[in-house]
Amino acid sequence: MSTTSTMIGDRATSRAVDNAFVDRLKRRRTNEVIFICLGLAATSIGLIALATLMIDLAASGYPRLTADFFTNFPSRRAGQAGILSAWVGSLLVISVTAFIGVPLGVAAGIYLEEYAPKNIWTNVIEINVSNLAGVPSIVFGLLALGLFVYGFGTGRSIFTAGLTLALLILPIIIVATREALRAVPWSLREAAYGIGATKWQVTQDHLLPAAVPGMLTGVIIGISRALGETAPLVTIGALSFIAFLPPSPVSAEFPFISFAWLFEGFTVLPIQAFNWVSRPGEDFHSNAAAAGLVLLAITLLLNGVAIYFRYRLRKKLQW
Amino acid sequence: MNTHSAPTMPSVTIGASSEVLANRSKITAKNVNVFYGEKQALFDVTVNIQEKSVTSFIGPSGCGKSTFLRCLNRMNDTIPICRVTGDIEIDNTDIYEHGLDVVQLRARVGMVFQKPNPFPKSIYDNIAYGPRIHGLARSKTDMDGIVETSLKKAGLFEEVKDRLHESGTGLSGGQQQRLCIARAIAIGPEVILMDEPCSSLDPIATARIEELIDDLKENFTIIIVTHSMQQAARVSQRTAFFHLGVLVEEGLTQTIFTNPRDKRTQDYITGRFG
Repeated sequence: MSTTSTMIGDRATSRAVDNAFVDRLKRRRTNEVIFICLGLAATSIGLIALATLMIDLAASGYPRLTADFFTNFPSRRAGQAGILSAWVGSLLVISVTAFIGVPLGVAAGIYLEEYAPKNIWTNVIEINVSNLAGVPSIVFGLLALGLFVYGFGTGRSIFTAGLTLALLILPIIIVATREALRAVPWSLREAAYGIGATKWQVTQDHLLPAAVPGMLTGVIIGISRALGETAPLVTIGALSFIAFLPPSPVSAEFPFISFAWLFEGFTVLPIQAFNWVSRPGEDFHSNAAAAGLVLLAITLLLNGVAIYFRYRLRKKLQW
Repeated sequence: MNTHSAPTMPSVTIGASSEVLANRSKITAKNVNVFYGEKQALFDVTVNIQEKSVTSFIGPSGCGKSTFLRCLNRMNDTIPICRVTGDIEIDNTDIYEHGLDVVQLRARVGMVFQKPNPFPKSIYDNIAYGPRIHGLARSKTDMDGIVETSLKKAGLFEEVKDRLHESGTGLSGGQQQRLCIARAIAIGPEVILMDEPCSSLDPIATARIEELIDDLKENFTIIIVTHSMQQAARVSQRTAFFHLGVLVEEGLTQTIFTNPRDKRTQDYITGRFG
């Protein structure tokens, strides 16, 4: 009968469809597994590269990490050379960088995101901020040489270095601040405006607390970048054989705080390492590796501190 | 006026609109037009809102009722492409007057939103924020009093009195919405605007909020936008029906739902569209 044959026909068709479905499903699953493997491989390449680098550094450099190494000045004799001026210099420069760059970047990011009118000028500024992030660091060094060293006369000093690197990391912080502010849900702004808060109250009391973790991410990235910069600092005249420390910021007489250290010559860890690695001889090369290890450690430490603060703030946020 | 048989409508109990209060107009709107960029969302809306009563705005999705509501506390200012023309006066003061402080306006006209949006702070701080920024409390005891009164008025105090320091976002949906209502009334506004306050709540929470609205109308002028005609019939004394950006009809809730003048209103309340 026609109905039976239709039924049998249908069953056969549905079985064929089932088989096609199952075959296709197998292919889809295979594709998924392939992608997971590729993803894992890509991740591993990064991690393995980092691990290899650290192991290599550690192998040559670790033996040199004695207490003396940290407290000695550079010397012509490899065995007596140390990184005192270099790590002090790095820390001082990074403090000035953060002190100038972070408030400027955060303020600029808040203004651009919340206050600036949406017109062509703001768009132009936005594009240029993104472009700035890609400008080669040597160009910042040249700018600083002309503008700060010769133009403003700030000299080949820690202050100039801090200013230069602050400019360098400014776009990173601005972009991170804007993204963090953008991520705050619109409903929160509405609730705050609805209760009669002014724009600054909305920003300060509601948006900033929610955006600080994102901003901290920008700060982490910026600081890591600044710690490793060599070219712009060489350009503005960081020296590489500094056998003295800048004057102490605290003094015994009034006014007890001195800013003289800002205007002294300096060196930083990457420059010191570069200087050592350019010399002949295995000994200086291990010094360079050790300096590299210390730089890595300082970077990881500063990042760790910032990550810790970000973690605590995120927990406090009570979303 | 053509006589017609009462349109079939879902069974409702009409609220206290049996007492026809001849209150004065709190808000008067004349020829209000709203544009989002090139697109016009509201066409010549003219309506008076009575004081110390509940007015509901009903209409199908996209008809402009929320847009009009947001004009009343100038929340549309936060949308750059939105342009409002026309005259809106609250207590005979033009709220779109040049130089009027929007912050003061919003302190007098509070708003409760569709999706509860408590601040990610403690329950206490949620309520205390408004009074704090407007300088309404002189001391901590003052502030404690304001928080307690607002929570009691919103019917939330008993449930949260032991955990005022806990996060506002940890409450259930209905509790969060009551928290938002408490937050709005803590600064002592004269008008409360509610944009579909119960649409993301379950029936029991909805019923509690409707009770609350009934209590609040003794002291506040309330305007509620709602998708539910039953809710409008239960809760409001006057109703305004919007359709495609036009205010079609406005009047006593009882009249709108039993004897509307306009055919569009009748079609809407009988469920022919919407």
